[in-house]
Amino acid sequence: MIKRLSILLLLLAHTVSMSFVFASEEMHVPMQPDWSFQGPLGKFDRAELQRGYQVYTEVCSSCHSMDLVSYRNLVQEGGPEFSEKQAKAMAAMFEVEAGPDADGEMFMRPAILSDKFVSPWKNEQEGRISNGGAYPPDLSVMVKARSGGADYVYSLLLGYEDEVPEGIILDDGVYYNVYAKNQRIAMPQVIYEDGVEYTDGTAATEVQMAKDVTAFLAWSAEPKLEERKRIGFKVIVYLIILSFLLYFTNKRIWRDTSH
Amino acid sequence: MSDDYEPQSAVAKWIDKRLPIITLFSGHLMQFPTPKNLNYWWTFGGILTFCLITQIITGLVLAMHYIADANLAFASVEHIMRDVNYGWLLRYIHANGASMFFIAVYLHMARSLFYGSYKEPRELIWIIGVFIFLLMIATAFMGYVLPWGQMSFWGATVITNLFSAVPFFGEAITNWLWGDYSVSGALLTRFFTLHYLMPFLIFGLVILHIWALHVPGNNNPEGIDVVKGQDTVPFHPHYVVKDVLALVVFMIVFAGFVFFSPNILGHSDNYIQANPLQTPEHIVPEWYFLPFYAILRAIPDKLGGVIAMVSAIAILAFIPWLDTSKVRSSKYRPLYRQFYWLLIVDFILLGYLGSQSATGIYLILGRLATLYYFLHFILVMPLIGFIEKPKPLPKSISEPVLTKEEQLTKSGQMA
Repeated sequence: MIKRLSILLLLLAHTVSMSFVFASEEMHVPMQPDWSFQGPLGKFDRAELQRGYQVYTEVCSSCHSMDLVSYRNLVQEGGPEFSEKQAKAMAAMFEVEAGPDADGEMFMRPAILSDKFVSPWKNEQEGRISNGGAYPPDLSVMVKARSGGADYVYSLLLGYEDEVPEGIILDDGVYYNVYAKNQRIAMPQVIYEDGVEYTDGTAATEVQMAKDVTAFLAWSAEPKLEERKRIGFKVIVYLIILSFLLYFTNKRIWRDTSH
Repeated sequence: MSDDYEPQSAVAKWIDKRLPIITLFSGHLMQFPTPKNLNYWWTFGGILTFCLITQIITGLVLAMHYIADANLAFASVEHIMRDVNYGWLLRYIHANGASMFFIAVYLHMARSLFYGSYKEPRELIWIIGVFIFLLMIATAFMGYVLPWGQMSFWGATVITNLFSAVPFFGEAITNWLWGDYSVSGALLTRFFTLHYLMPFLIFGLVILHIWALHVPGNNNPEGIDVVKGQDTVPFHPHYVVKDVLALVVFMIVFAGFVFFSPNILGHSDNYIQANPLQTPEHIVPEWYFLPFYAILRAIPDKLGGVIAMVSAIAILAFIPWLDTSKVRSSKYRPLYRQFYWLLIVDFILLGYLGSQSATGIYLILGRLATLYYFLHFILVMPLIGFIEKPKPLPKSISEPVLTKEEQLTKSGQMA
């Protein structure tokens, strides 16, 4: 009796408190596009990741670093899988400081595969002062660092609207975005139609660009996703078969014991 | 039991004469007489041993690649995820392993509570268990700090700040713990050291826990003593296979988390590097601490909250004497059983409330749930022992089994 009553109470408490949560929620539920990498067997779409890299380099990378990713990662299995030649050429478009040389001087050289993605800023302070005090965060694990993950990042990129609703007053350097916290964000809209010219000829609509670059960021946050799901599938199948065998072994062992 | 074993080979004889370790293992892991009526709730002991060993092994390899430095820790964890061979697997097993460990320990404790496994003559097994639980909490908390993400940092800040509630010496103690005037790299290195040490202390306590268990032997769902050999079966193969079966089913759930939603039990803020200048909107501990976090926040006074939270764990050690009933198993305790389930629901409710901000309805519910948590142990447990009229106990473990069988034969004859 008390058991049933307490379960009822718990359910009631849950319903009451949930209604409070929704009333006080100030964020919009993000859009949920179909991601090729979702679900237990999902994989990344190579072409999508390659286009996403292009969007990152040509649009995002002017402000956002990706300190944890190296150019060699672009070649690795389970990623965009550019050819080694392509990735070397992509790396060589950037310069990194190296040295010191025999004279004790630091010098600049083109980036190579083992280098990390070159940051747009010399240091955080430079990034901060160039952006009105708000440092553009590193994007390497961004998709895992926001609740809502890829859906949130995608929605945020597309959440800009020209018409600012009444009652929302924006300070200088703050923009209106439906999906941002309190609908305010320090990043201006950067995804515009034909903002890039895709090398594979895909039409660069806003939706396309946002989806591609978000997929790319989902990969950079979880580069071993495909390997993880592949191994996981085998492990689970193995364990299920093993559990059946053990079930029958156990049954047989206990056959003669009344219990 | 252990007398039954005779070493066969010359090597075994030579070793066993000098160090009777083979006899010991044979007695305790093979022939050990175990009540034959244990249900699957009794498999969590073995599962917990597996969890501990898994955490120690994955932790050892992670420690080879991890760097306990405030500037490098976050990147070194990502290095493990990206560059170390199967580093992602090790880390996800270790991180989710902590959650699995706590799922198992809560079920293990709930089983002990239901079947009265803490009662005479098993009080010490239970008390050692409470100390293991306490060490697990400390270990898991320090482990969560190591990736040096935002939740690591701010969780550490909130919890270490609790020590400042100590009268007079609070600030001195807190600064001594920090090794600094705030949470910093000094705290990270000492947490790493302690996080590495504590699992081995837990391991030692687990040995004591099992040793203490093997003196009176297992309790069982009927909660009555073993009276004759017919009531028991040898541990091997009966319980070895049953435990491994349960373990494999447990591993399926474990693998489900590790391979298909490895981050669902964590907080997304912990993928943001620790930033002492930016406080996250909500600082929440890992899910397995939420009930105690709710108790901490239910008290409007800092010191009071800390005392309540510590008492919530400490009170467990006194349960063997707070429960005045002579009957162990709640199967035969119709009144207490109701309150047992109320406690379980109360604990889950506390966990839910711990994840919400402590305002309005949550705070009121949190205070009520905290009140019941303590009343259950201080008032309900001792009183019911006197009031309750338990159901008649079976004469032996074999008796209820035989009657059930007899009923079956009878119904068979009728058909």
